[in-house]
Amino acid sequence: MAKHDLIGGSIWDEYSQKVQDLMNSPRNMGQITEEEAKERGGKLIVADFGAESCGDAVRLYWLVDEKTDIIMDAKFKSFGCGTAIASSDTMAELCIGKTVDEAVKITNIDVEKAMRDDPETPAVPPQKMHCSVMAYDVIKAAAASYKGVDPDHFEDEIIVCECARISLGTIRDVIRMNDLKTVEEITQYTKAGAFCKSCIKPGGHEKREYYLVDILAETRAQMEAEKLKAIADAKISGNDSDLAFEELTVVGQLKAVEAVIDAEIRPMLMMDGGNMEILDIKKNDKGIIDIYIRYLGACSGCASGSGGTLYAIENVLQENLSQNIRVLPI
Amino acid sequence: MRVYLDNNATTMVDPEAFELMKPFYCEKYGNPNSLHRFGSETHPALRRAMDQLYTAFNARDKDDIIVTSCATESNNWVIKGVFFDHMLNKDKDHIIISSVEHPATGAACEFLKQFGIRVSHIPVDENGLLDPNDLRNLIDEKTALVSVMWANNETGTIFPVKELAAIAHEYGALFHTDATQTVGKIKINVQDINMDFMSFSAHKFHGPKGIGGLYIKNSQPLTSLLHGGEHMGGRRSGTLDVAGIVGMAQALENSNKLMEFENLHVRKLRDKLEDALLEIPEISVVGDRAHRLPNTILAAVKGVEGEAMLWDLNQAGIAASTGSACASETLESNPIMEAIGADKELAHTALRLSLSRFNTEEEIDYAIVHIKKAVERLRAISSTFAYTPDWHVSGL
Repeated sequence: MAKHDLIGGSIWDEYSQKVQDLMNSPRNMGQITEEEAKERGGKLIVADFGAESCGDAVRLYWLVDEKTDIIMDAKFKSFGCGTAIASSDTMAELCIGKTVDEAVKITNIDVEKAMRDDPETPAVPPQKMHCSVMAYDVIKAAAASYKGVDPDHFEDEIIVCECARISLGTIRDVIRMNDLKTVEEITQYTKAGAFCKSCIKPGGHEKREYYLVDILAETRAQMEAEKLKAIADAKISGNDSDLAFEELTVVGQLKAVEAVIDAEIRPMLMMDGGNMEILDIKKNDKGIIDIYIRYLGACSGCASGSGGTLYAIENVLQENLSQNIRVLPI
Repeated sequence: MRVYLDNNATTMVDPEAFELMKPFYCEKYGNPNSLHRFGSETHPALRRAMDQLYTAFNARDKDDIIVTSCATESNNWVIKGVFFDHMLNKDKDHIIISSVEHPATGAACEFLKQFGIRVSHIPVDENGLLDPNDLRNLIDEKTALVSVMWANNETGTIFPVKELAAIAHEYGALFHTDATQTVGKIKINVQDINMDFMSFSAHKFHGPKGIGGLYIKNSQPLTSLLHGGEHMGGRRSGTLDVAGIVGMAQALENSNKLMEFENLHVRKLRDKLEDALLEIPEISVVGDRAHRLPNTILAAVKGVEGEAMLWDLNQAGIAASTGSACASETLESNPIMEAIGADKELAHTALRLSLSRFNTEEEIDYAIVHIKKAVERLRAISSTFAYTPDWHVSGL
């Protein structure tokens, strides 16, 4: 939340002038009949996508020159909001003059960009991006009908966010490469989930096959399993000392700290009748590894426990294990 | 022409009420709780306003009418207050509301679920009506509160609150009604209904925005929502909005005075508009007129998506409303539309028209023409409506 989010506005204020004009006067609204197709010497293709019960439905008519595969004319009918009407009209306009194979490459992003008044300003508010997704789907349906193939034939990857057209593979890679931990971070890096938000989690505007929350959880789980396996493999091969302290499990870190304390610190404490124990190890949000300790024997209550002794313990652990270590006596 | 048919969302301020409010901004602007004359000179107007509120609802001196910021606050106060007073660390753990409550009630109940509170919903039928027997099936000895709106904001359906209150009391539960849509449209007598709490909001009956109230029977205890002052007898802290209270009280008095006119003039215009809508093929209206507020129409327009309909009407200067998910900022579907039934496709094709006494016959005639034009244009575009060139709306 910030200043601009505190007072809601009308979504209509964010429609480009082109969108508004197309809502009022769509150029390609209508239908092509069999008789007209015969007269004009083309093949008629009629494709439907969506349903009234879903809130959006579009029908696309193509008149295709079978010799060249060029779409001679395109018309649409649309049940949907104003942006769905404008998007469908733009989609039909973009099809005209293209071959069927070229038309299949038209995406909802192309449709939205074609409706902008200027290249830098989105034509519709984020939550309305999904209205143009139908355009992409109905083109695939029309092309599939023309070529006699399944619409999935044109999909070479699984799209998670239809609005931004971000694939499952891309999202997984970005999570891994950047060690992302939240859905908000995924949106920042990829724009997935920035628009109608249906792909973030179940219960949104549209039901989806894949959700960002699940992809994040699965990928993080895989990354964790891989990390543990790497540690186990390193142990087996005797190379665990090669792992950075931060990469060790909490148990591994505990063992490493104990080993350093046994070797470098405890003997000195015991010479003065004191000792210490490790209570817990926690990594905080800033990446600092906090090691909670308790002094025993003569060290308990000793003034040096929060001064020189503490500094010495922290220094030894930082030099031997990690500069990110902080020691906190309880 | 500009025609405002969205009066269930908010209303124009009654000009007489507005005039009465003006002195309290730049002349008599003192804090009513101050000792000096600047403060005390507001008291006569405040006392008169409180008298107007008590008279309008037929509340007794021993009852409380606490001024709040709006019905959303009042609803939240009742639900959370009852939780603190009757449920937290006590035997009761159950609240019953209708399936079509305003989010101010529904979301407040959802919030309490994390503290172990059970929330049950009384269903409504396809006409938006509610059967009191369904309350009997849900209520038990652990029910602390039954909260059902008096009239629904989307359908205008009036609920049998008197019966519901009696059933609630029979089982030892408190009864609250959100009367936001009812005040100013039908006569309210709190003695007749025997409710424990009643919420209202001034801007729904031609009062100013940002002011409302909560009626509390017998001044019964209710843990405060806002702490930090001695205002409203220590029950609701915050410096009194003198102008708002004065405006709300006068607007309520005027609405009550004009109730008969409202029920004749507004109902006549609403019926004219509704009859014209029903002449259009494949339009259905939710609920029968006998059980509906005199100002409201909720229609399902086959083949026309709600936001597109609003767009066309707005181009013609007409303000209306839709329950369509596509018109909401979050794209979330309207639970009220879903509760009434999916078969009506209300979730996407709803058109709500709500009138007030300030609407004229000329405005309604204008709206009829432009609604028909919008339906015709959008059905011609629609892929889900079997439009043929020879089909057209009669009367154009």
